[in-house]
Amino acid sequence: MPQFGSFALLLALAFGVYALGAGIYALLRPGLAADRLGESARRAGIAVFVAVTAAAVALVVAAFQDDFSVAYIFHHSNRDLPLPYKFSALWSGQEGSLLFWAWLLSAYGFVLLLRHKVDPRLVAHAAVVLAAVQVFFLLLVNFAAHPFSMMAGPAPADGNGLNPLLQYPEMVIHPPMLYLGYVGMTVPFAFALGALIMKYPGEKWIHITRRWTMVTWMFLTVGIFLGGHWAYSVLGWGGYWGWDPVENASLLPWLTATAFLHSVMMQEKRGMLKMWNMWLIFATFLLCIFGTFLTRSGVVSSVHAFAQSSIGTWFVTFLALTLAVCVFYFLRNRAYLKSENRLESLISRESSFLFNNLLFLVACFAVLWGTLFPVLSEWVQGTKATVGAPFFNRVMIPIGLLLLFLTGVGPLLAWRKTSLESLKRNFAIPAVAAVVTAGALMAGGMRPWQDVSYFYALMAVALAVFVAVTVGSEFLRGARVIRSHTGMNLAAAMVQLTRRNTRRYGGYIVHFGVVVLFIGFAGYAFNQDKEQELGLGDKMDIGRYTLVSRSYTRDFQPNYESDYAILDVYRNGSFLQTMYPERRFYTASQQDATIVANRSTWREDLYLVYAGRNPETDRPIIRAHLNPLVVWVWAGVYIVVFGTLVALVPNLQVAAAKVRATAAELAAAGASEGGD
Amino acid sequence: MKPVIGRWSLAPGRWPLVVGRWRSLQVVVVALAAILLMGAGDDARFNKLGHKMMCACGCRQILLECNHVGCSYSDRMRDELSTALTRGDSDDLVLQAFVQKYGPTVLAAPPATGFNLVAWVMPFAVFFSAMGFAVLVVLRWRQRAPAVVVSPDSPELEAMRLRARRETEL
Repeated sequence: MPQFGSFALLLALAFGVYALGAGIYALLRPGLAADRLGESARRAGIAVFVAVTAAAVALVVAAFQDDFSVAYIFHHSNRDLPLPYKFSALWSGQEGSLLFWAWLLSAYGFVLLLRHKVDPRLVAHAAVVLAAVQVFFLLLVNFAAHPFSMMAGPAPADGNGLNPLLQYPEMVIHPPMLYLGYVGMTVPFAFALGALIMKYPGEKWIHITRRWTMVTWMFLTVGIFLGGHWAYSVLGWGGYWGWDPVENASLLPWLTATAFLHSVMMQEKRGMLKMWNMWLIFATFLLCIFGTFLTRSGVVSSVHAFAQSSIGTWFVTFLALTLAVCVFYFLRNRAYLKSENRLESLISRESSFLFNNLLFLVACFAVLWGTLFPVLSEWVQGTKATVGAPFFNRVMIPIGLLLLFLTGVGPLLAWRKTSLESLKRNFAIPAVAAVVTAGALMAGGMRPWQDVSYFYALMAVALAVFVAVTVGSEFLRGARVIRSHTGMNLAAAMVQLTRRNTRRYGGYIVHFGVVVLFIGFAGYAFNQDKEQELGLGDKMDIGRYTLVSRSYTRDFQPNYESDYAILDVYRNGSFLQTMYPERRFYTASQQDATIVANRSTWREDLYLVYAGRNPETDRPIIRAHLNPLVVWVWAGVYIVVFGTLVALVPNLQVAAAKVRATAAELAAAGASEGGD
Repeated sequence: MKPVIGRWSLAPGRWPLVVGRWRSLQVVVVALAAILLMGAGDDARFNKLGHKMMCACGCRQILLECNHVGCSYSDRMRDELSTALTRGDSDDLVLQAFVQKYGPTVLAAPPATGFNLVAWVMPFAVFFSAMGFAVLVVLRWRQRAPAVVVSPDSPELEAMRLRARRETEL
């Protein structure tokens, strides 16, 4: 199987190089022979997918067969590892995850090449760009990080096992989602660069690019969310986002892609910001590659990083080359990207998009700056400064709040120019709602002057209400019109409204999800935690809850040993439930892992960690966290994903038109049949 | 001579009223400071300072969030922090003592001094530059926006109508 996998990878590289070379030649020398050559390049691109799939399957089969003669399988699996985790071993290590990258890229390429009739010439250009990226990753897995390297000497009897932190159900889904997002950004990049190279006439490419970006943005969002949820459930420190360099690396392309999804509307509707959009796509792709480089090169230290290796040089070279190509074609063809219109007013939809974009880019810069500052400080001062959560919270929270404010403002502004009267009319109710909310919160006991985090929490909730009211009023306004025309009830009218313009109202649903997310973030200011040694029958109070230690027990599984704490939870004196925080010891890797017990409600999470035993007293230590509003964060992400899916659905009018056309065709066909 | 409060000189006849207001302001400031300091006991300071430092075991976690079983650093560091607060050391003194003992990486964020100041200044400098640049660009473009004059049935007007329909769709 390893030999088969190695051969498949080499074959994939050969096909990739052919697809790239033949594709370029066919584009440079148009003609009948070139058309045939271009077609063969397209088929070679499809063959890359087949060959890389064969290699990926070979690695998974080797994991299932416990083939420890393969070094990668030895380091990332063991005999007692449950089957789903053996499957996830494919992306658990450096070499396997690069193979997974290459496979996903080939799969995206496969879809693209099958849909080449959408616009053969544009797709041919995009396919060449895609093939170049594919060749880079195939070079990596063939020569720098080979997943089928063999162990020296006879095969070991068992493997080292998978990192315990990765033995969690979400870890089976989180990396594929994140990679689907990362890798997927290659497709918009390929279309954008292809369009720039060929000076593609019209805006069709931007429509194609936007849809691809929305899909990959959704995957990236889900991937980041699952990563946060995994950290919350497994790492046991009580939070879901720690501003770790690897977390930051996933956020960087997300920020630029989000900026693009907003500013692309300016290009579609007003023919503006063409250069800006082009560079946003370039930056998003480059940041995806940069993030992968950060995770794998050892440049920054992180709990999530892969083992340090020499592949950093490969990535730096690729980044430099890609940037050079982008700059070259941009300088050569920039006249093609000239704006058709200009901004006419500071108070307009266009301006709000412009400021929103700038804020996203400033946020991106701040995250990148904070992530790389330790490297810079070591270079300048000789000592590495730590840039952790306090820095990012202080810098990013104001930017986030401004973005939330613009989320509410943008939809209230008209294209081109908004009059002062309409501004007053549209803003009055949301602004009053925000002020009333802030007042109610302060009356309820929130003291924003006591701590800056309380101030931010108050602002976040007040602005969230502001945005929610603007989104709600947009839905209501449209739904009332439909109701007056059709007699539908308001709820049905809202559904109808959304189906008529899925992109617009799907976008509003996404904004509503962001509102819910921010309410969840606001809860962070009120987190409480407590750590205590709990002997049998001992009590511990945190917030409204009392924990009583009922017992401690041990369990043995083939893959690990477990220590459980059995804790009865009381709220205001009434018994609620029994919780079982767990600590595991994985025998193959000889490592510990925590399994958190969490009682989640809309109000707060009671999050319990069994932190082990005090080595001096041998008494069990329980760490309890009371984290308000965390469920709102997860709910917000679900709403964002739902909104994105809605935005991807074609409008009802288009669908209805198609049905009408089909019905007319059927009627015509029926008439002609009848006539016969 | 006119009474001077801060940088402002006051007209004769008005100053008693202003001084009265100034006293009220002072009372408000003192009251606010008292409110701010309320509850800022050792527990609150322990929590605040513990979140400003990293655990020195290399786990890259905030001191009070380090969850390693038997971590030889975090327990000791928490004890040291607690002792320093009981001793009555100021926040700055506590942080300096930790930096001397564990090195500058113990601070969870770079101090706003020397080269590290750049870390704090840069994001805000970029933010204000970007916003200023955007305002300037919009203002400049606004000044240049040409007036379009077309006859009612011209193809240009029809094209504009089409565009308006397209644009108002979203």
